[in-house]
Amino acid sequence: MRHIISILIENESGALSRVAGLFSARGYNIESLTVAPTQDESLSRMTLVTLGSDEVIEQITKQLNKLIDVVKLIDITAHEHIQRELMLVKVLSVDNAARQEVMRLVDIFRGRTIDVSPTTFVIEVTGEKSKLDAFLGSLESGSIIEVVRSGVTGVMRGERGLTL
Amino acid sequence: MELSGAEIVIQCLKEEGVEFLFGYPGGAVLHIYDALFQQDAVKHILVRHEQGATHAADGYARATGKPGVVLVTSGPGATNAVTGIATAYMDSIPLVVITGQVPLPVIGSDAFQEVDTVGITRPCVKHNFLVKDVTRLAETMKKAFYIATTGRPGPVVVDIPKDVTDPNRKIPFEYPKTVSLRSYNPQVRGHRWQIKKAVDMLLGAKRPMIYSGGGVVLGNASAALTRFARLLGFPVTQTLMGLGAFPSTDPRFVGMLGMHGTYEANMAMHACDVLIAIGARFDDRVTGKIKEFCPHARIIHIDIDPASISKTVRVDIPIVGEITPVLDEMCEIINSGDIKPDTIDRSGWWEQIRQWRGLDCLHYDRNSERIKPQFVIEQLYEVTGGNAYVTSDVGQHQMWAAQFYKFDLPRRWINSGGLGTMGFGLPAALGVKLAFPEADVACVTGEASIQMCIQELATLLQYRAPVKIINLNNGYMGMVRQWQEFIYESRYSHSYLETLPDFRKLAEAYGHVGMQIKTPADVRPALEEAFRLRDRTVFMDFITDPAENVYPMIEAGKAHNEMRMAPGVSDTRELA
Ligand SMILES: Cc1cc2nc3c(=O)[nH]c(=O)nc-3n(C[C@H](O)[C@H](O)[C@H](O)COP(=O)(O)OP(=O)(O)OC[C@H]3O[C@@H](n4cnc5c(N)ncnc54)[C@H](O)[C@@H]3O)c2cc1C
Ligand SMILES: Cc1ncc(C[n+]2csc(CCOP(=O)(O)OP(=O)(O)O)c2C)c(N)n1
Ligand SMILES: [Mg+2]
Repeated sequence: MRHIISILIENESGALSRVAGLFSARGYNIESLTVAPTQDESLSRMTLVTLGSDEVIEQITKQLNKLIDVVKLIDITAHEHIQRELMLVKVLSVDNAARQEVMRLVDIFRGRTIDVSPTTFVIEVTGEKSKLDAFLGSLESGSIIEVVRSGVTGVMRGERGLTL
Repeated sequence: MELSGAEIVIQCLKEEGVEFLFGYPGGAVLHIYDALFQQDAVKHILVRHEQGATHAADGYARATGKPGVVLVTSGPGATNAVTGIATAYMDSIPLVVITGQVPLPVIGSDAFQEVDTVGITRPCVKHNFLVKDVTRLAETMKKAFYIATTGRPGPVVVDIPKDVTDPNRKIPFEYPKTVSLRSYNPQVRGHRWQIKKAVDMLLGAKRPMIYSGGGVVLGNASAALTRFARLLGFPVTQTLMGLGAFPSTDPRFVGMLGMHGTYEANMAMHACDVLIAIGARFDDRVTGKIKEFCPHARIIHIDIDPASISKTVRVDIPIVGEITPVLDEMCEIINSGDIKPDTIDRSGWWEQIRQWRGLDCLHYDRNSERIKPQFVIEQLYEVTGGNAYVTSDVGQHQMWAAQFYKFDLPRRWINSGGLGTMGFGLPAALGVKLAFPEADVACVTGEASIQMCIQELATLLQYRAPVKIINLNNGYMGMVRQWQEFIYESRYSHSYLETLPDFRKLAEAYGHVGMQIKTPADVRPALEEAFRLRDRTVFMDFITDPAENVYPMIEAGKAHNEMRMAPGVSDTRELA
């Protein structure tokens, strides 16, 4: 199953490579990994999406917890949660009809056009992974110049949070 | 007090009560060596290869329970130390390894003798640090010792760029009294409810087994284990790493389990209905075929590392915690409860074990004209009264030492189990002898393993650390040869060492006593003579039967009840 693990980790150089190294050394799967500092500068928040059986996920969380730099973590997929991913897509679109069609899709997917040139658009879409996949699927395949995805981030619903 | 970075390093070692620093100098650590020169509280042991430094510190740590400390230079110094660091990591041994690094401004420029030590060692340390600022040096050293020695112990590397140890930059020094890491709080007390449940399960067992491991040694829980096992009166088996934690001469001990464990231990594992694992990690050399591991048993597991629990074998009652308090609590509950350990009659179980024992699975040919390696170990046991510290290398000789030397005390059996590092034995013996100068220290080795760190013979002489080297010389990488015989139809591909040195002369060249022993009758006298020479290192080259194999053996992928027995020992499996 797919799990989203949120991690609070010391904002130290090398902390990221400890996590990445753990996954490659133990043969765990990483679908995506995002990391950035939090409001507390000494901490980074990492969101890691991984696939594995319950046994494997249990080992992953235990092994992550064992890393000295990991302060706290939670598997948010075990709780009510929200997940979001940001995607930037550059599309080539020259004739009018095609440009109209792109604009219509952006509208339907509640995206935003953040850059326009006579032949291209840069579109921003956020949402769950499936929504971003659907948006890409609806674009004319030859028109995509590049796709940049941030990887998944998420939080739990309600008052509970991953805090110290 | 104002100190330079180099002086801070040494001062921290003094504050930690470090007796010995095993090291080898080089450019990046010369400031530290200069600071070392100006004091004599910390004794530096100059090895002949950085691998030797790490193994010697490791041997010291295994024998004393205190952290072993190492100092090596950047680049090749650090890479040479990696094998020793990984060896300690796999067996959870506390080490603090200080590595020099190129100066901060040139890090990343492929400077002379630069390697990414933190990167290279990351997967084989408990934690590592790169010290980027001298003002953080003392705190980092404190953390390193704290992390190495608490919880599940392990090696910690502190990588120090040369400019951080600059003798001309002095800063105020104060050694932190305590350290707290918000991200690291090793849990120590087991969960009460889980402990209670475990006791109920144990008392209800008809065919119980205690499977204990290196964690009992590491956690100094030998006394607690012995009390617990004797209170319950259950059979005990131990892993290679656990030997000595429970007395081998106690009648409840059924021998080591696993690949080269005894018939009775492995059969009992296969038949038991309740298993309690104590500080053991269900290694694949122990479990054999996972699917058929203890097929009839419910399992309790006490371990300080949650990641060890249910890693390879799912357990029914996990207890995360330090062993002594958990076992003591169990004993208390048992003593104060109504159900006594002997409420259930287990005489049938013991009768079954007695029958398995009757097979004499460690049998070997005592009438052989060649020296049998098992015989040498038996004689070693007798000559040393079972009191020696025995280090070993890796191979058949290691298994025979484990099977035939009956360890009654923890920290006496010192070997590389997890990584299985040839070359470990001799430097480890050095570390042990320095820690216990009055004790008998024997290094059981093979002619292949000994050559991997033979240079440390010189270190033994320099520091007057006399040890007895028992070289079980079968002319082969015996363990490899054995697998080739069994699994590759005796195609002995590159496992024969055609050109061996004359070990007797070699020992003499290093300033030691050399002996060569070729007949069984000479074994005992040679050992007696060697141990009489108290202040000399003696290299005993025993020319042993090259065809001897280690039995029983569970081949890879087989279950506990599928052992290959020694020729002449017939299997009584049907009795089960
Ligand atoms: C040639 C060769 C053959 C081998 N054959 C065998 C064999 O036949 N049988 C065998 O048993 N081994 C054998 N081994 C060794 C094997 O590879 C493993 O090293 C060994 O089985 C592991 O022992 P262990 O389970 O006791 O764990 P260790 O590696 O000693 O681990 C200790 C465990 O205890 C825990 N622990 C540590 N401190 C504490 C504490 N204070 N409180 C609670 N828990 C703690 C740790 O978290 C860990 O889980 C062989 C090795 C070699 C090289
Ligand atoms: C550094 C290292 N290289 C290779 C091995 C694989 N290996 C395990 S046992 C062994 C043979 C050891 O031979 P020897 O020291 O003569 O011991 P014997 O088995 O003959 O008693 C080898 C090569 C190892 N364990 N360590
Ligand atoms: Mg050999």
